[in-house]
Amino acid sequence: MTVSKDWPLYEIFIRARGGLDHKHVGSVHAADARMALEHARDVYTRRLEGVSIWVVRSTDIVASDPGEADELFEPARDKVYRHPTFYDIPEAVKTL
Amino acid sequence: MYTQGLDAPEPDRAAAVAGDVLAGRFQARIDGEDKIEPKDWMPDGYRQTLIRQISQHAHSEIVGMLPEGNWITRAPTLLRKAILIAKVQDEGGHGAYLYSATETLGVSREELIDQLLAGKAKYSSIFNYPTPTWADIGAIGWLVDGAAIMNQIPLCRCSYGPYARAMIRICKEESFHQRQGYDIMLRLAQGTAAQRQMAQDALNRWWWPSLMMFGPSDAESKHSAQSMSWKIKRFSNDELRQKFVDFTVPQADYLGLRVPDSELRWDPDAGCYRFGVIDWTEFNEVLKGHGPCNRERLEARRKAHADGAWVRDAAVVYAEKQQRRSAGKAA
Repeated sequence: MTVSKDWPLYEIFIRARGGLDHKHVGSVHAADARMALEHARDVYTRRLEGVSIWVVRSTDIVASDPGEADELFEPARDKVYRHPTFYDIPEAVKTL
Repeated sequence: MYTQGLDAPEPDRAAAVAGDVLAGRFQARIDGEDKIEPKDWMPDGYRQTLIRQISQHAHSEIVGMLPEGNWITRAPTLLRKAILIAKVQDEGGHGAYLYSATETLGVSREELIDQLLAGKAKYSSIFNYPTPTWADIGAIGWLVDGAAIMNQIPLCRCSYGPYARAMIRICKEESFHQRQGYDIMLRLAQGTAAQRQMAQDALNRWWWPSLMMFGPSDAESKHSAQSMSWKIKRFSNDELRQKFVDFTVPQADYLGLRVPDSELRWDPDAGCYRFGVIDWTEFNEVLKGHGPCNRERLEARRKAHADGAWVRDAAVVYAEKQQRRSAGKAA
């Protein structure tokens, strides 16, 4: 019997050390999630690059459309008052 | 009014104008050193160039495992065997990073592997040379991986994000490959007369093929100009080749080995080495598939792929069974 189809794609996220976020590093093909974890270990942590791995089926990721980035991020564009540097504080006032 | 013949020119022109606007914006992003990501708009030529280049690179990593894999059981010590296994495993990893980078451009790994096995895809012709002695493993690490690093470091700044990120990872690991190769050469060069001769013989055979790894001279290179303006490529073939020669000749001197080029000399005015003319006829023969090992390499890949088919199939069937079981438990 030949199944002859490539294994599905998983996106790989690795926590480099305790205290850091998991970060996307690439992808692997695997028959299931457990194999994806093992392949991710072999492909992305051969030199102790991580202490924890997340695998997610690539098809399960919902992404924003870069073509619509302008509209999507537009609301934040005119709100400079969200940054502390927007405010001029007299020099005499300390620790603010 | 609804006649196709009358309607056709208008949308075509509109599409062409829209295409020009997109292409202009795209080039502006490239010129501004912005990175292009998988879902961004890109010209078809850019996509096809990247698919060709990254997949050839991936295939080279995979085929590159073969000449060295042959030496795992014959490496002279247990430590050398362990190191060689680690290196060959890295090459497999590099192939995996690069296939995933290619997949972000909308082509499947399966298609790419099929092209390789069908003999339709290119890979670096350097791997079509044989590795008859242990010194060849040293020469491959030192020269072939050295030339690869020279080519690959500028690719870390390539305009296509996934390729650049894969290259950063690969370059970090290649440095180990090059140093372990030089270490093998060093030990042989410090050894018996027979061992020194073995090292010299390997240098003699690998020197010119390594220089050819940088590709045809700038005057002959057909993809260069466009790749440069797309910032896929940052330096010309001849620039990189020159840099490689300048770095490598002193390393050969340290080993007490002679670079097999009677025209090689230091040019103090230019501050670089001048070297002899490359025999491209040999390169083209190897490229066309008439190299010493072209057939053998592809046959080894085909056999490995065919022999592994039942494992890949069994894994899929097992995964499906596990999924059914856990679905059954949940219900």
